[in-house]
Amino acid sequence: MKRLLVFVKKEFIHIFRDFRTMVILFLIPGALILLFGFVVSNDLKNARISFLDLSKDEMTLKLTDKICSSGFFVRGENLHSYGDIERALRGNNNKAVIIFEKDFSRKLISEGKATVNIITDGSEPNMATMATNYVSAIVSDFNSELVGGGAAAMLLVHPEVRMFYNPTLKGQHMFVPGVITLIMILICALMTSITITREKEFGTMEALLVSPLKPIQIILGKIVPYFILSFIDVIIILVLSWFVFDLPVKGSIFLLLAEAMLYILMSLSLGILISTVSKTMQQAIFISLVGMMLPTILLSGFIYPIENMPKIYDWVSAVMPPRYFVIIIKNVMIKGTGFSYIWKETLILCLFTVVAIGLSMRKFNIRLQ
Amino acid sequence: MNEKVISVHNLVKKFGNFIANDHLSFEVYQGEIFGFLGANGAGKTTAIRILSGLSRPTSGKVMVAGFDALKQPEQIKKNIGYMCQRFSLYEDLTVKENIMLYGGIYGMKKQLIRERTKSLLVRLRFEEFGDRLIASLPLGLKQKLAFSVAVLHEPKIVFLDEPTGGVDPITRRQFWEMIYETAARGITVFVTTHYMDEAEYCDRVSIMDEGKIEALDTPAELKKKYQAGSIEEVFIRIARHGKK
Repeated sequence: MKRLLVFVKKEFIHIFRDFRTMVILFLIPGALILLFGFVVSNDLKNARISFLDLSKDEMTLKLTDKICSSGFFVRGENLHSYGDIERALRGNNNKAVIIFEKDFSRKLISEGKATVNIITDGSEPNMATMATNYVSAIVSDFNSELVGGGAAAMLLVHPEVRMFYNPTLKGQHMFVPGVITLIMILICALMTSITITREKEFGTMEALLVSPLKPIQIILGKIVPYFILSFIDVIIILVLSWFVFDLPVKGSIFLLLAEAMLYILMSLSLGILISTVSKTMQQAIFISLVGMMLPTILLSGFIYPIENMPKIYDWVSAVMPPRYFVIIIKNVMIKGTGFSYIWKETLILCLFTVVAIGLSMRKFNIRLQ
Repeated sequence: MNEKVISVHNLVKKFGNFIANDHLSFEVYQGEIFGFLGANGAGKTTAIRILSGLSRPTSGKVMVAGFDALKQPEQIKKNIGYMCQRFSLYEDLTVKENIMLYGGIYGMKKQLIRERTKSLLVRLRFEEFGDRLIASLPLGLKQKLAFSVAVLHEPKIVFLDEPTGGVDPITRRQFWEMIYETAARGITVFVTTHYMDEAEYCDRVSIMDEGKIEALDTPAELKKKYQAGSIEEVFIRIARHGKK
């Protein structure tokens, strides 16, 4: 135990003395969260939207005003016929066109149902999805106003409500979980794999292996400092997201922290696994970045929804642990659900951890024989 | 004769079909400087890894510091020191921090580490460098320091794997003086080297070729037996013979 402590202390010295490591540990998480929150924000702002109003009655004008005054959209032109739509979208000025069918109010009152069509510019898929979602949300809001306003119970449209858990339509709500997921992989997998391969490259690993330190102590000595520091990072990110983006943790904070610990442990074991298969630091960096970070960004469902991906990517993403953590953290943080909703994902993360540790121990032992 | 600290009997190590060590048998005594020579790929490193508890023998009996290499490698590790070919101190730690680290890893008490650090720094005329980062020291100093750290816990045996690679002749000479002092304290020094003049400094020398020990004796006896003027000639004769 004393030996382990000496070793852990030495790891901390390595970390605190290396400027680059400190930057990655403490500056990048903060920078990323602010960057994603403010700059790369997927929020829709001032997107131009045009209207093809075929009935021009009280209801459609009201709804048009509501959409345009939401702050997300800027009123474009008033189109006169279906033929104008293509031109409007092709001009690249308009992100979407909204069509109110003929006799909108009348249908609404007599049949309790009227249709709003949204046509979006498919050349910008993200923008298109967002515009659709936002309009749907506004329409359903309008709908509930109508219902609440004492009018006869009418069902206006059936928009697919995707932003149900994000009622203020804030993009940050989607990014904070993603950034935590990403940063943990970055720090844990990348940094541990680098420090271990660095010992191999500098020959200090030999010295450690012939010392009375057991392999498990060496591995623990590498894990403990990064575990502690990553955990501090999680807390920093949560505090930042609370104060800067006004996004508190809805569910149990303890559950969230426990899940974060599990995910950190999983990432650390992946880092160790990476270091056992790579001989040099470059290899470790390459495997961590290409093998872990890119898939985390692209396939974990934090930027691009998995449902929108071709089936094959869905399968690939199934073996990416970050995917499950994104689900867990979104559930706990944004929806505020309890453990019973995420036990399956938790179990999968445990499984990944066990497999990674098992494989690296085996590799380690083979090297010793 | 002194006590045996290493005794190897019919050591065989196979990697698949490849035989890295082919029935090695030898003994090393307490306080001896034992030169372990051989061309690259002759199987020296494999043997050292087994002797230092890093690797297990395929068959044969290997006793190091009184412990069995097959069954008690952890006990062996506590009783040996090791300094490898590549330099083994941490560049971003200071001299004192490195000593503290290795002393701690070998389970030494803090007080004892402090005392030994002090006397070690005095002996190396290193006092003012105690708080310098290793990275800022010249290679020769680093190597001497690495050796001192390897014997800090007063092991029974210290393994030196090409300790003087890339070091200037003066430092090499000083390094060998340190080796002599260490052996005089009763610590067995097990050293590999590619410098044949260094081999002449050893009490006994073994020369390996293709996994076998081809010769083992004092440098003087070896030269007599092979009718050679230097160990270098002996070495070349043996290595060449094997290549045929």
